Amino acid sequence: MKIKLFLLITGFLTVFSVSSAIAEGSKLVLTGSSTVAPLALEIAKRFEKGNPGIRVDVQTGGSSRGINDARKGLADIGMVSRALKPEESDLTPYTVAMDGIGIIVHKSNPVQKLSDEQIISIYTGAVENWKEVGGTDSPITVVNKAEGRSTLELFLHHFSLKNSDIKADVVIGDNQQGIKTVSGNPGSIGYVSIGTAEYEERHGTPIRLLPMEGVPATVDNVRDGKFPLSRQLNLVVKGTPSPLANAFIDFAQSKDVHDLIEAQFFVPLESE
Amino acid sequence: MSDRIFSFVIWMSAAFVGAVFLWILGDILLKGIPHLSLSFLLEQPEDAGRSGGIFPVIVSTALILMVAVAVSVPFGLGVAVWLAEFSQTGRKAASSTRLTLDVLAGVPSIVYGLFGNAFFSIFLGLGFSIFSGGLTLACMILPVFIRTAEAGLSAVNHSWREGASALGMNKTSAIWHILLPSAAPAIVAGLILGIGRATAETAALIFTSGYVDRMPGSLMDSGRALAVHIYDLSMNVTGGDSAAYASALTLIAVIITFNMMAQAMTDQWLGKKVQRA
Amino acid sequence: MILSKHSFLSRLKANRHGTDGIVSAFLSVLAGLSALLLFLVVLFLVRESWPVFSRGGWHMFLSGQDWYPLEGKFGLVPMVFASLAMMTGSVILAVPFGLAGAIFVRFYAPPVLARAYKIVMALLAGIPSVVFGLWGLTILVPMIAHIQPPGSSLLAAILILALMILPTVALTSLAALDAIPRNILDGAQALAMSRKGQILFVAIPAARAGIIGGILLAMARALGETMAVLMVAGNVVQNPDSLFAPVRALTANIALEMAYATDLHRASLFASGLFLTGVVFLLSWLAFQASERARYRSL
Repeated sequence: MKIKLFLLITGFLTVFSVSSAIAEGSKLVLTGSSTVAPLALEIAKRFEKGNPGIRVDVQTGGSSRGINDARKGLADIGMVSRALKPEESDLTPYTVAMDGIGIIVHKSNPVQKLSDEQIISIYTGAVENWKEVGGTDSPITVVNKAEGRSTLELFLHHFSLKNSDIKADVVIGDNQQGIKTVSGNPGSIGYVSIGTAEYEERHGTPIRLLPMEGVPATVDNVRDGKFPLSRQLNLVVKGTPSPLANAFIDFAQSKDVHDLIEAQFFVPLESE
Repeated sequence: MSDRIFSFVIWMSAAFVGAVFLWILGDILLKGIPHLSLSFLLEQPEDAGRSGGIFPVIVSTALILMVAVAVSVPFGLGVAVWLAEFSQTGRKAASSTRLTLDVLAGVPSIVYGLFGNAFFSIFLGLGFSIFSGGLTLACMILPVFIRTAEAGLSAVNHSWREGASALGMNKTSAIWHILLPSAAPAIVAGLILGIGRATAETAALIFTSGYVDRMPGSLMDSGRALAVHIYDLSMNVTGGDSAAYASALTLIAVIITFNMMAQAMTDQWLGKKVQRA
Repeated sequence: MILSKHSFLSRLKANRHGTDGIVSAFLSVLAGLSALLLFLVVLFLVRESWPVFSRGGWHMFLSGQDWYPLEGKFGLVPMVFASLAMMTGSVILAVPFGLAGAIFVRFYAPPVLARAYKIVMALLAGIPSVVFGLWGLTILVPMIAHIQPPGSSLLAAILILALMILPTVALTSLAALDAIPRNILDGAQALAMSRKGQILFVAIPAARAGIIGGILLAMARALGETMAVLMVAGNVVQNPDSLFAPVRALTANIALEMAYATDLHRASLFASGLFLTGVVFLLSWLAFQASERARYRSL
C-alpha cells in the first residue's frame, strides 16, 4: 500500500512537471521592491485578462534585487521604489506612481507638530522625552527602518543624517510592522508610507500622521508635489524592452490602472 | 516534594501551556472568523489579497508540501535505517553523518531559502517554482526527520531484533516487517514536526516558490504558499489583517488535516503489518 | 545503563552478499548524499561571502560593536550575544514546560486529554512563525511596553521563542518516553516506587538520550528562528544588557537586510549566515561529544 501510494505520487509529480513546457516569449517576469510588488501583481492580473495567453509573474524581494535582476536578465522588468542613482544609469526607469513618507505618532500623543530640527533631535537621541518637544512626560521610543530600505535612505537624505547618527529603540522591516509597532506603544514615533497610514488612521488604528515643514501629510499633498518627503515607484529595464515588456509598461503607465494604484494607497501620475 | 505536589505541578504546567495556546488560537479565531467563508476558500485573491479568496494559495501550499514529503520521506527513511541498522561497519562514517545532520537541522531557514534560490532556482534552472520550493523544504525537514526516525528505530525493543534473527529473517525483511512498523509512531512524530515546520515556513519560500498568487498550472509554476501570503498580508499589505488571520486559520486547518492523515496512514500500516506478522 | 547493554549483541545479522548487501550499499549512498547537502550549503555560503574574506577578513566582524554596513562597519559581536541570549532564555523556559507536557501525556492525562494535548502540540508546531510574530507584536509587546518601553525586547523574543520550541521539546520527549520498554516501568512498579519516583528516577533517565536530542533540536530551532524574532525583538544592534533591551538576532539581520543588500553588505550577510552555521556546528559537536561519552559510559 505504501509503495503504491509512493508510486502514485511520483508518477503524478512526473506528469505534472513534464506538462509544464510553456512557450517562452509569452511570459514576463517582474522582481523587486516589496512596496511595488502588490501593485504590480494587480496590474499584471488586469494585463493578463486583456491579453489572453500571456503570463506575468511578479516576485518580491526589494529594490536592489529589482535592479540586480533587471541587470542580469533574471527579470524582464525590475521594480524599484525610489529614483535611480547615478551609478544605475545603465537602466531605464518608467515611473508608474508616487508615494509619500510621513512621520507617525500614537493617537494619544498630544504633540501636533514637530519641526525638522525637533525630528532630528529625537532621532539622534538629543531629545529623549516627549515633554522636551511639548508633549507629556514620557520617554520617546524611536522607530527606525532597517538599513538598506529605500524608505530609510529617503528619510536620511531628507534630514541629512547618517544611519549611525540615529539612536533607534526599535528597528523595523516592512511598512506594516512600523504601523503596528507605533500603534502598540504610546510613546513611539516612526515614519511610513502616507497612503497606508491614512488608511489605518481612517480605520481606527491608534496612530496619527504629523505635518512636515507645515505641510499636512496627505496623499493629496503628495499628488500636488507639495509634500517634502516623497518618492517615485519605478519599473526599470535594461536596454530596449521587449515588445511584451513595452506593452506592459505602457499599460502600467496608462489611466486604465489608476484605480489599482489608488487602491494600493499610492498616487497615480497626472501626466498622460 | 511529595507525589501529590509533583502531579499538581505537572497538571498545572500542562494547563498553563494549554491556556496560552487557547489564547493565541482564540486571538486568531476572533480576528479570522469574520473574514472566513466558503467563497474565501474557493476564490482567487483580489486587491492584493485584501478581498477575494485564497484558493490558488491553498493549492500551491499543498503541492509544495507534497513535493517536500514525497522527496524527504523515502530519502529520510533510507538514511535513518542506514544509521540505525547498517552503519555499524562504518562507525566513523555514521557518526560524521549524524553530526552533519545535526548541523543541518540548525541551519536557519532563511539560509536554506538563499541556498534554495541559488541552487535549485538558478543553478539547476528550476526558477521560481513549486518544485524549487518543495525541494528546498525537503532539504530543510530532512535532517529533523532522519534524526527522529533514527531515534525511533534505535528505541525498538532489542528482543524484537533477536527474535527476527532467531527466525532466520534477513536484515532487510526484518527492518521492513518488524522494525519500521514498531518505530512508526516515532517516525510519524518526526514527519509531523517536519510538516509543521515546512507548512509554517516563510523565509525559505519567498526566494524559491515565490510570490505569484495565481492558480499554478504545473509544478514548474511559481506559487505563493499560505505562510508567505500571511506574511505579505500582515506586514506589507495595509488593511490585509483580517484576510491574514483568516488565512492563518485555514493554515491551521490544513495542518490538522495533514496530522490526521499521517496518523490514519500509520494506523492502517500498523494494522496490516500486525495481521501479516 | 541497563537499557542499552544489549545494543552490541542484538544488532540484526546481515547477509553481506544478498539483498542486505544491496540495500546497505544503496542506503549508504543516500546517507552520503544527505551529508553532501551540508557541504553544498557551506560551499555556497563561502562562495557568496568571499568578498568579505578577500577584502576585510574576520577581524572586522569581531573588532567593533557597530553594524552600519553602508558605512563599512560590520561588528557582529552584539548580534552574536543577542542570538545566544535568546536561545538560552527560551530553552530555560521551554524545557521544563515541554518535559512536563510529555510526562503529563505519558503518565497523567486520561486518554482524551492526552490526545487533545498532542493535537495542541502539533498545532503549536505548525503555527507559522509570522503568526507568532503577529501575536507577539500586537499583544505581548504592548504588554511589555506597559512595564518598560519600548516593549520590543529580548524578553519578548524569549517568550515567543519558548512557545515556538515548546512542541519540539514536548513531542520528542514524549516519543522518547513512549519508547521505553514496558518491562522497565513494570519493574519499577513492582518495586512499589511512587509514580513520581518512577518518572524521575526510571522513566526520564531511560529516555534521556531522546530528551537531550529534542532539547538540542529546540536550541537549534531557537537560534535559527527568523520571522517571529524580527517582529518582536526590536532589532537594535546592541549588547543584550537587560531583558527589556531591544536587540537584533543574527537571523533577523539577514532577513531584514538581505533583500536590499548588495556588494560587501550582501557578502557580509552571507558571512553572518556562515558564522551562524559555525555556531550551530560547534553546538552540535559539543552535544555530540557529550552523547558519545554518555554512550560509552553506559556500555
